[in-house]
Amino acid sequence: MNKKWLKNIAMGGALSLGLGLASPILMAAETIKVGVLHSLSGTMAISETTLKDTMEMLVEEQNKKGGLLGKKLETVVVDPASNWPLFAEKARELLTKEKVDVVFGCWTSVSRKSVLPVFEELNGLLFYPVQYEGEESSKNVFYTGAAPNQQAIPAVDYLMEEAEVTRWVLAGTDYVYPRTTNKILKAYLASKGVKDEDILINYTPFGHSDWQSIVSDIKKFGSVGKKTAVVSTINGDANVPFYKELGNQGVSAEDIPVVAFSVGEEELSGMDTKPLVGHLAAWNYFMSVDNEDNAAFIEKWQAFTKDKKRVSNDPMEAHYIGFYMWAKAVEKAKTTDPAAIQKTIIGVKVPNLTGGMSVMLPNHHITKPVLIGEIQEDGQFDVVYETDGLVAGDAWSDYLEGSKDLMSSWEDPIQCGNYNTKLKKCGVK
Amino acid sequence: MKQQSFLNTESMDRVLIVILFLAAIIVPTANLGFNQDHMLHISSYTVSLLGKYLSLALLALAADLVWGYLGILSLGHGAFFALGGYAMGMYLMRQIGDRGVYAHPELPDFMVFLNWQELPWFWYGFDSLGFALLMVVFVPSLLAFVFGWLAFRSRVSGVYLSIMTQALTYALMLAFFRNEMGFGGNNGLTDFKEIAGFAITADLTRVCLFLLTLFTLIVCLLFCRYLVNTRLGLVAIAIRDAESRTRFVGFNTVSVKLAIFTLSAAIAGIAGALYVPQVGIINPGEFSPLHSIELIIWVAIGGRATLYGAIIGALVVNYSKTMLTGVLPEVWLFALGGLFVLVTLFLPKGLAGIRSKR
Amino acid sequence: MVEETHNFWRVIPVTDSFILGAPIKVTDSEVFKTQYKKPYKKIRINNRLRSQIRLLLAKRGLVNSDPSIRIEAVNTLIKKPDTTLYAVIQERLANEKNADILEKLRLLNAMLALNHPTSKRFESSIEHLSKSLEPSSLTSLNQFLEKHPSHKQALAAVKAIEEKKHLYSLLENGFFGLSMGSVLVLAAIGLAITFGVMGVINMAHGELIMIGAYTTFVIQQLMPQFIGISIIVAIPAAFVVAALVGITMERLVIQYLKGRPLETLLATFGISLLLQQTVRSIFSPLNRTVVTPDWLSGVFTINPVFGLTINRLAIIFFCLVLFGLLWWWMRRSRLGLQVRAVSQNRSMAEALGVNADRVDMLTFGLGAGIAGVAGVALSLISNVGPNMGQGYIIDSFIVVVFGGVGNLFGTLLAGLSLGVANKWLEPFAGAVLAKILLLIFIILFIQKRPQGLFPAKGRAQEMAQ
Repeated sequence: MNKKWLKNIAMGGALSLGLGLASPILMAAETIKVGVLHSLSGTMAISETTLKDTMEMLVEEQNKKGGLLGKKLETVVVDPASNWPLFAEKARELLTKEKVDVVFGCWTSVSRKSVLPVFEELNGLLFYPVQYEGEESSKNVFYTGAAPNQQAIPAVDYLMEEAEVTRWVLAGTDYVYPRTTNKILKAYLASKGVKDEDILINYTPFGHSDWQSIVSDIKKFGSVGKKTAVVSTINGDANVPFYKELGNQGVSAEDIPVVAFSVGEEELSGMDTKPLVGHLAAWNYFMSVDNEDNAAFIEKWQAFTKDKKRVSNDPMEAHYIGFYMWAKAVEKAKTTDPAAIQKTIIGVKVPNLTGGMSVMLPNHHITKPVLIGEIQEDGQFDVVYETDGLVAGDAWSDYLEGSKDLMSSWEDPIQCGNYNTKLKKCGVK
Repeated sequence: MKQQSFLNTESMDRVLIVILFLAAIIVPTANLGFNQDHMLHISSYTVSLLGKYLSLALLALAADLVWGYLGILSLGHGAFFALGGYAMGMYLMRQIGDRGVYAHPELPDFMVFLNWQELPWFWYGFDSLGFALLMVVFVPSLLAFVFGWLAFRSRVSGVYLSIMTQALTYALMLAFFRNEMGFGGNNGLTDFKEIAGFAITADLTRVCLFLLTLFTLIVCLLFCRYLVNTRLGLVAIAIRDAESRTRFVGFNTVSVKLAIFTLSAAIAGIAGALYVPQVGIINPGEFSPLHSIELIIWVAIGGRATLYGAIIGALVVNYSKTMLTGVLPEVWLFALGGLFVLVTLFLPKGLAGIRSKR
Repeated sequence: MVEETHNFWRVIPVTDSFILGAPIKVTDSEVFKTQYKKPYKKIRINNRLRSQIRLLLAKRGLVNSDPSIRIEAVNTLIKKPDTTLYAVIQERLANEKNADILEKLRLLNAMLALNHPTSKRFESSIEHLSKSLEPSSLTSLNQFLEKHPSHKQALAAVKAIEEKKHLYSLLENGFFGLSMGSVLVLAAIGLAITFGVMGVINMAHGELIMIGAYTTFVIQQLMPQFIGISIIVAIPAAFVVAALVGITMERLVIQYLKGRPLETLLATFGISLLLQQTVRSIFSPLNRTVVTPDWLSGVFTINPVFGLTINRLAIIFFCLVLFGLLWWWMRRSRLGLQVRAVSQNRSMAEALGVNADRVDMLTFGLGAGIAGVAGVALSLISNVGPNMGQGYIIDSFIVVVFGGVGNLFGTLLAGLSLGVANKWLEPFAGAVLAKILLLIFIILFIQKRPQGLFPAKGRAQEMAQ
């Protein structure tokens, strides 16, 4: 009998605690709420936890400077657990329940596409820090990561000119970012005279672990006497066994260089980089960039995370830029109201961490430099190439049939994300 | 002795139904009746969240039907749920029409960017709600029927069967992740605009979907309760407890198992179809083997072989999940794992077992 | 990344060229930053520069007194046959004493001879090339054929080479299949014991593998100077750690759920979540690096188109050894006998004086330990992260069920055959479709033959729910 009562009490207690926690928590003073929508568990946690930490650091820094509009900033962190439906749910929770003023989040295009309807419905603001495939420009999203013309195309140019590559392997994970990027690259290569038989395209599922056959195929493809390179849009966990297999089968960077778009300092920290020396990555930022702003940022970051060996990477810089752009726009508009921010943020200039100034364009993309880096033994990248100036992000690729006539501008008078310049209409193919 | 009165329901069934009826009245009123800043207002977010919980509860109910009353531990019920969800998703994708990013009147966005020129054959017909609803029930049932027929005929049972159901859902997950399959690949189906002519994000639509899910749940609960007390149900229970003996006595165990397994798959499919418009996306992750194991845990926590236990378990666990990922995002896996272990060790009959005076 | 040592040379401009200063080694980061990094500019080396330097080195290396340098030089030049080498090659052919190097020089010479179709050596050159599997032989022949598309002998030579390549590619695929299969077996073998022999469905099996992998990581962190033997040390360490975790699981949870396979499934699923989150909290969600020691890296080259990666070879070998040990232990040791007895007929074994509870605990610990050891091997080829186990659990179950629950040999055969079949299908269907087809095959197979490849002998335990 006692045991049963005990159980009942325990149940009741747990339930009421639960209900209590679920009820709105009253804040002592009014704050500006910054929502953080990054996975803290599941497959994407590897990449996204760092971004949550970055946001917390940026907010803390801003509060030290007195906050914004005289109020303190507060981060509201939720965990969508690498689960796409949960992303949409958590986005809605942030916007309607927590009433955040802005959200920094998402990683893969799936997560962004699943929250997009929510942001558009509730007119929220999302700052998306990861490179993506373009073909989208929403009024409610600011794309601080690279568009294909800020990463993929310059990388291919570099390989064609510097490394004199004439034969191409486009290897990607099977989802929309690699598929679209490869579509664009295929059209671009064709426009440069590369024949179909000199292009090998391959897709693997997320987390693919047995790369023996594919690496062997790459070796065979690359041993017909033409300089071959691999353009890798392989994402996430699959990179580790892929690079391990490359090393094991003796594919050296001098023979068949691999340029990756989703491998940064963070991913390298989980790999043995000795056999990878000489392979490449294309980003808009590297931790190794020698620059005062960057050095200060890294110092603060390592102090904040209490880890002297903690690395920084491109998506972190994207959040850095996005956050300061938002802050500037808020100060300009004297409010955090999304409709006002959407007007004031266009044209805002903030310094990036590679020594330049990034500007927010009317299509909600930013200007970024393109850097090609070679993997070093210590897991850092050595910059081997840099674009002369900053490249403006282009949402609609000039190399795709359906997109080359489209452009995006959220300024008056166009106010359209997929404006057809030929037909002079919004939203028609 | 169980109390048997109106419609063969147990007392807990009635309690649950009453609670659901109350929710059916309170929630829509609180959402539509009061405006946003009122203290009693329930946000649309909460309405859809509750609807999502209820559709998952329906899925758990379907799983309990085969597990608690037939003895088949299906570790792949998520597959039927996801198939029903995809059928509904396909209908919703067709409803987008030319409001997609590429503004193609017929092809969904993902097909346009894959450079497909026309709709694959298996997408025909999904512009009609009736056809889609038919598929929601038909496709999972067909899969269950074929799989069950092969399995039960060969007397595959026990752990083997469970592992096979995992293999099934795993294979489906791999298949649906492939972009070539034509179901949207990893992106899944999303960005829905309308259902049956109503805007999918409108408050009224959300409330209607919520009510629809709720009433479907009640109806299915009553129906399952009725079923397990019919002759068919009693034979099923006999199969659960002593299959060989039942077969020797002369019953056609294969037909019974097939019937109930297929029925359960149909209910799971319906649950999926109700889930998708409220969540706004369906993606191959729903086929994940771990998902299917998780839903069994809901049933176990609530109390296997009680039907209402499955519903309670699903509601409790999913509510905790939402709460914990909001309040303690970094620790919720600890809590969840711990919950599973504790319940299995100390509450073998689940939460429903607390009530019983054994 | 233990201490930061900077080794470098200063390049000092002298009139119109450069000289290299003496090598400098700095172990103090601060000194490096102030004294060297800021004032000097780093010369950037990229891949193109590296290959040009390598080519230059090779050309000079041909006449080096050290034969190992000469052979490396000739290997590099074979990859890029260059007509400017003609004179040097003739000279070396006359003076080279080392047989291996001479052979390679002749091959290189043959490639260059293709540029002189009228010379005497031309036909013998093509003949020579047709026997060579070096990629550049085929390339040279193809380049020649571009200019003379209907040269019969060249066409025949190309055909011969392609046929041989095809044969070796089949062999290579077989090797890939075996290695994939051995990975499956390694992952499943611990499960074969806990599930097969004890009837315990352990959903935390993947996490035990992960624990073994993390143990390897920790060992490597503890002995960074001895990466070479770290793997050897890690094997017993991983066994012990994983076995301890397994025994804890058994004592705290599983022993109370005897005879209820479903509850053990649920409870162990909860434990798997706990283990994952614990590891995530202790080690962070990021993947951890496990360095492959030198003696396990590289390729065992049989010919230019067929090489066996050493770490995969090691994994196959390791898998067979582990299996052999386990098999021997089950058949020969006292505990193995008791384990078999308890699994076949528990009450009888107890009646004969076997402490069945203790045997259960030790068996589970053994299965867990083996999973940990498998984790050591698997850490070399896959991610070491908190989610590592999830990639192996479904496959492990399928292998065990396919092979026949309770039969170790079945597990071995099942794993290897699935790996080979998967790799065989891959070129036709792609990796994912191959996997799907195999899953469908297994589902159908189990319908036909529910007990798997090798049904358990004796009165098998009825898997009641």
